[in-house]
Amino acid sequence: MQHESEIREPLILGKKSYHQVTEDIVRPIEGKASKHWYMLLTASIICFLWGIGCLCYTIGTGIGVWGSNNGVDWAWDITNFVWWIGIGHAGTLISAVLLLFRQKWRMAINRSAEAMTIFAVMCAAIFVLLHTGRPWLDYWLFPLPNQFGSLWVNFNSPLMWDVFAVSTYFSVSLVFWYTGLIPDFAMIRDRAVKPFAKKMYGIMSFAWGGSARHWSRFEEVSLVLAGLSTPLVFSVHSIVSTDFATSVVPGWHTTIFPPYFVAGAVFSGFAMVLTLLLIMRKIYNLENYITIKHIEYMNIVIIVTGSIVGVAYLTELFISWYSGVEYEQYAFLNRATGPYWWAYAAMMTCNVISPQLFWSKKLRTNLMFTFVMSIIVNIGMWFERFVIIVPTLCRTFLPSSWNMYHPTFVDIGIYTGTIGMFFTFFLLFTRYFPVIAQAELKSIMKSSGQEYKEKHAAHSNDAYNAGHH
Amino acid sequence: MSKVVIHAIYDDEEPLLANAKQIRSQGFRIKDVFTPFPVHGLDAAIGVPRTRIAICAFIYGLTGASLATLMMWYMMIGDWPTDVGGKPSFSYYMNVPAFIPITFESTVLCAAHGMAITFFLRSWLVPGAKAKNPDPRTTDDKFMMVIETKEENRATIEGLLKNGGASEIHYK
Repeated sequence: MQHESEIREPLILGKKSYHQVTEDIVRPIEGKASKHWYMLLTASIICFLWGIGCLCYTIGTGIGVWGSNNGVDWAWDITNFVWWIGIGHAGTLISAVLLLFRQKWRMAINRSAEAMTIFAVMCAAIFVLLHTGRPWLDYWLFPLPNQFGSLWVNFNSPLMWDVFAVSTYFSVSLVFWYTGLIPDFAMIRDRAVKPFAKKMYGIMSFAWGGSARHWSRFEEVSLVLAGLSTPLVFSVHSIVSTDFATSVVPGWHTTIFPPYFVAGAVFSGFAMVLTLLLIMRKIYNLENYITIKHIEYMNIVIIVTGSIVGVAYLTELFISWYSGVEYEQYAFLNRATGPYWWAYAAMMTCNVISPQLFWSKKLRTNLMFTFVMSIIVNIGMWFERFVIIVPTLCRTFLPSSWNMYHPTFVDIGIYTGTIGMFFTFFLLFTRYFPVIAQAELKSIMKSSGQEYKEKHAAHSNDAYNAGHH
Repeated sequence: MSKVVIHAIYDDEEPLLANAKQIRSQGFRIKDVFTPFPVHGLDAAIGVPRTRIAICAFIYGLTGASLATLMMWYMMIGDWPTDVGGKPSFSYYMNVPAFIPITFESTVLCAAHGMAITFFLRSWLVPGAKAKNPDPRTTDDKFMMVIETKEENRATIEGLLKNGGASEIHYK
């Protein structure tokens, strides 16, 4: 059994036995759904349906119903795409990167964070598939043999790299998430009394039994998937950033984009995880598993990545001046003082100033403050993508081509719809799937559970005293 | 000689681990152990060899890289090279930097999915199959050791199990 230092705070609070862990995690699934759950679900479904309506309107009538125009040909669509993909990256980071770093605190949060990733990538995919203009021809994005002499796609293009990156990211994240769920589904199956539930969880659990050989393969598979997902996370968002960085547009054509985007993604992703988890732990009484320490660790990641993002902003500003390239200099002058200066101010305040407040231990262990901050960070990161795209495109090289951009109700509607879709899926996830990786958590109970740590500390104190007298 | 299958249930993993080592050191073979979570040291205690699934993943990854390379060479250089912005379209080597992202993604895709499918098929974990654990409590908080042995050894093993802290013993 692994020994953990006594000065580390426990990751599982209270007097918990293995059976109690099972009970706590399965209670939201076996019990009846609360009134709050139904209310939130209804609100989410309404937004989702509105979004579907706007989506159908776009496909039926054309991209002209959006606010995009000749100069600003990417606007809310790509802003939202990058925003959602960025949010998705936190889930993979928590499951994969923290596993490689052997951070046991990831076990209470990885399941819901990965679910968040899957749903976020689905939302992102909607924008990509829709913004092509003729979505029924989206299969042209793939290198399939065809009757145009077999006209192939251009593998030199970052837009093509995106196709492979996002598809791979979605499918691998799905596999990673689902593989981890199998032992937990088996737990629910073995407890299920109602025949339909037993059958469903039985099928979903793939007949898992917890045999030693299977656990050994399971652990190896988790480790390898984590090892594969880590470079995947970094590569996917770097590739998304190259959609901008490989262009010649001033303000876009900079090598800082890949690391800057990845840090920004982790930043906004962790903020979204916090928003979801702070509510979920309260409603499902999981405070003993998703403890204040977990929240604090996530806030620390937010300061780190927020600071990287802040440094990236300052670097961009400095280099644009230092380069002496007038177009680059103007690109940033325009962001700060042009027609969208308010978006720039929002971005700077939300992303640079606010996360720095987490240096204070009092603030980063305060749940209400953390919740408000997580929303602020998400808003700030949306503005960051908006500021990169719209103000830049509305004033590119040729002043006679300068154009303003205003979103239409359809742009806003589809975005609202994806938020509705995200929450709908997440709420369904919390109702029918185990939100915490309980099998994993049980494996650290003896090393990181509060009751065991206290017992251990008492014994070692006795041994120490006995040895010294 | 007739065989007997013994199911020993424990309430905690520590007695299970100690008892498994003890029984194995006496020369008996342990057929399987069912636990609600992976127990460290159990593989060594019951003699489960190291899994080779990571090697499979590596091979699948190489396959993915080769497939992507072949695909891009054929489509961009071999079959229909096009002049896009003056980029060199007659040489694969000159395009390699641009082809890296897709080669990498294909490697990860094939490695991950290949390994996952291998894992499920090798362990025969498929939707619709019968649950593999004989006792449903082993996904909650009980640990089960399964020993298949000749009828004559039954008493010896039973003694070892009882001394080792097994809370229940069943015979099948």
